[in-house]
Amino acid sequence: MEKLTNRSKVVVKKEMTFLESIYLPAIFGGMWITLKHFFKKKPTIQYPEEKRPFSFVYRGLHILKRDEQGRENCTACGLCAVACPAEAITIVAAERKKGEEHLYREEKYAASYEINMLRCIFCGLCEEACPKDAVYLTEELVPSQYDRKDFIFGKDKLVQPLGTSAHPKTYKPYKK
Amino acid sequence: MEIFLLDKTIVVVIVFLITLLIAMYSTWAERKVAGFIQDRIGPNRAGIFGILQPLADGVKMFMKEEIIPTQADKALFIMAPGISMLTALLTSSVIPWGSYLEINGRQVMMQITDINIGMLYIFAVVSTGVYGIMIGGWSSNNKYSLMGALRASSQMISYELALGLALISVIMMTETLSLKSIVEYQAINGWNIIYQPLGFLIFFICALAECNRTPFDLPESEAELIGGYHTEYSSMKLGLFLFAEYVNMFISGAIMSALFFGGYNLPFHEELSTVFSHNTLAILGTVSFMLKTFTFIFIFMWIRWTVPRFRYDQLMHLGWKILLPLAMFNVVATGTVILIKMLW
Amino acid sequence: MEQLLFIILSVISVAAALCVIFVRNPIYSVLSLVITFFSIAGHYILLKAQFLAIVNIIVYAGAIMVLFLFVIMLLNLNNTENQEKRSFVSKAIAVVAGGLLLVSLVGLLKGSVLTPTTGGISSDDIGTVQRLGKVLFTDFVLPFEISSILFLSAIIGAVMLGKKDLKDH
Repeated sequence: MEKLTNRSKVVVKKEMTFLESIYLPAIFGGMWITLKHFFKKKPTIQYPEEKRPFSFVYRGLHILKRDEQGRENCTACGLCAVACPAEAITIVAAERKKGEEHLYREEKYAASYEINMLRCIFCGLCEEACPKDAVYLTEELVPSQYDRKDFIFGKDKLVQPLGTSAHPKTYKPYKK
Repeated sequence: MEIFLLDKTIVVVIVFLITLLIAMYSTWAERKVAGFIQDRIGPNRAGIFGILQPLADGVKMFMKEEIIPTQADKALFIMAPGISMLTALLTSSVIPWGSYLEINGRQVMMQITDINIGMLYIFAVVSTGVYGIMIGGWSSNNKYSLMGALRASSQMISYELALGLALISVIMMTETLSLKSIVEYQAINGWNIIYQPLGFLIFFICALAECNRTPFDLPESEAELIGGYHTEYSSMKLGLFLFAEYVNMFISGAIMSALFFGGYNLPFHEELSTVFSHNTLAILGTVSFMLKTFTFIFIFMWIRWTVPRFRYDQLMHLGWKILLPLAMFNVVATGTVILIKMLW
Repeated sequence: MEQLLFIILSVISVAAALCVIFVRNPIYSVLSLVITFFSIAGHYILLKAQFLAIVNIIVYAGAIMVLFLFVIMLLNLNNTENQEKRSFVSKAIAVVAGGLLLVSLVGLLKGSVLTPTTGGISSDDIGTVQRLGKVLFTDFVLPFEISSILFLSAIIGAVMLGKKDLKDH
């Protein structure tokens, strides 16, 4: 049969020499390797106390941003929901009433904005699609839950709380 | 007589406690060594460097639910871990932990008893050590446990022979069966490892097999027999089984350092005795004995995390066709050398 | 002290020996036999024959009984129904054989006079390895060597049987 690649190795079962057949040199060789590992620097990170720095482009939990005056940026255009390859975003739009100008920047706003974190693949396409700079992916990890329904994050969890830093990468919603 | 008994009782209690303490910390050391060899850190949460980990493990073991299978032989099922532990601890009674201490003019031996058949005693206790495992495996009424028990018994019988023959060459040289005399013989003539390197190698391999340590852990191989003889055990009964293994390890380390590495002898004894008092020297000797023992425990662990398990036919091949003839050859060679020396 | 130990050991050994016969489960039988061996080893130590005691434990309790246990565990004999179906002939043969053993024992003991033999050799090192070795290699060298030849032939026989088995398959 013709070989598919030239990477395959021919295995020959040849007689072992005496030194090989008593196995002790091989065992000592193995023990030397493990001993070297014994004194190696350990890569362990003591997780809750120590955390590895995230990459600047890391994409984690979403936030819905507010502008400098604390108004929600989102205008419920639905571009993020369209861009989402996992179809994780559900938006219900509503019209801004009189007297709500301090809450919403545009005339239309998202009455409900839900992201199913079990569907989301954290690709960041919603962030790219957003014309209003409303959706950003932070460095935060999605916390674990016991129930599937708890993974559907509504506006209560997504909207940036008032008075927090505007920059999405330094913003930590779950840190006191 | 009463003072003698009191002395002995105190020595027994101290040896017992130290053995248990060291076995306890061996479990911690095992996990640490395993971690370090695998580029991890090992337990470090309970106390500084995880020093309280054995206590946490013990508490966990005691709090676990006790399960006795309904089809199990209840009496033997409960008895088996106890037998394991008993036979593991019994050996410590003839090991010379040190020379003697002088307290109020009396000489207190740092050994529970120095019987003139000490070596044979060790051999006898080791040979009965398999009962705990066999009874435990059989009484669980589980096929994996039974297979573990059968493997354990055949393995132990096979390796006992080579173990005994390796010891015989040492006995032929030292002309005594008492461990204390063997240690004292080495004070004059140098360590036995110099004269019996082959005997030591055979003894070491057989000790690994008798302790059921990797690469000889076929009785409890977790991959093929899901734990072997202790598959059905839970709670502190399992704890006793696991603990007995560490006691065995400590004891065999102690035996090896007593038989082949000079026991509690210190180098430059003459020079040191001018500087230190007798008691200090005796304690230093015990410390050196312990250090040698700990080295062996470390080597046991080191081997465990390096070498993979034997296949069953390899195990039998090694025991019967390699170690036994080698040990036999060692005995004959030792005898020849002794004869030549006598004729000289 | 020795008297007390003797009584305790005797009670244990007799009770365990009775257990060997009367217990239904063969595993328990074997284990009580092991206990018997241990208590007999205790008796040997009381008689200052330490070497014999330890060898008794090594050989019988440590090796032979482990093999017995091994075999019984493999055969899984603990179903008691088999024992009911013993034929009359085998029972009769057992009774006759046991009776013959009893008769010969009685005959032996009747002829002998029980005298304390410890008077002449009361020294403590009577049972040590050194003494035993000297006696074995001087006074009893012929029986010793003959028994070693017996063992050798047994070993060779075992090896032959094992080899033959291999060739057949």
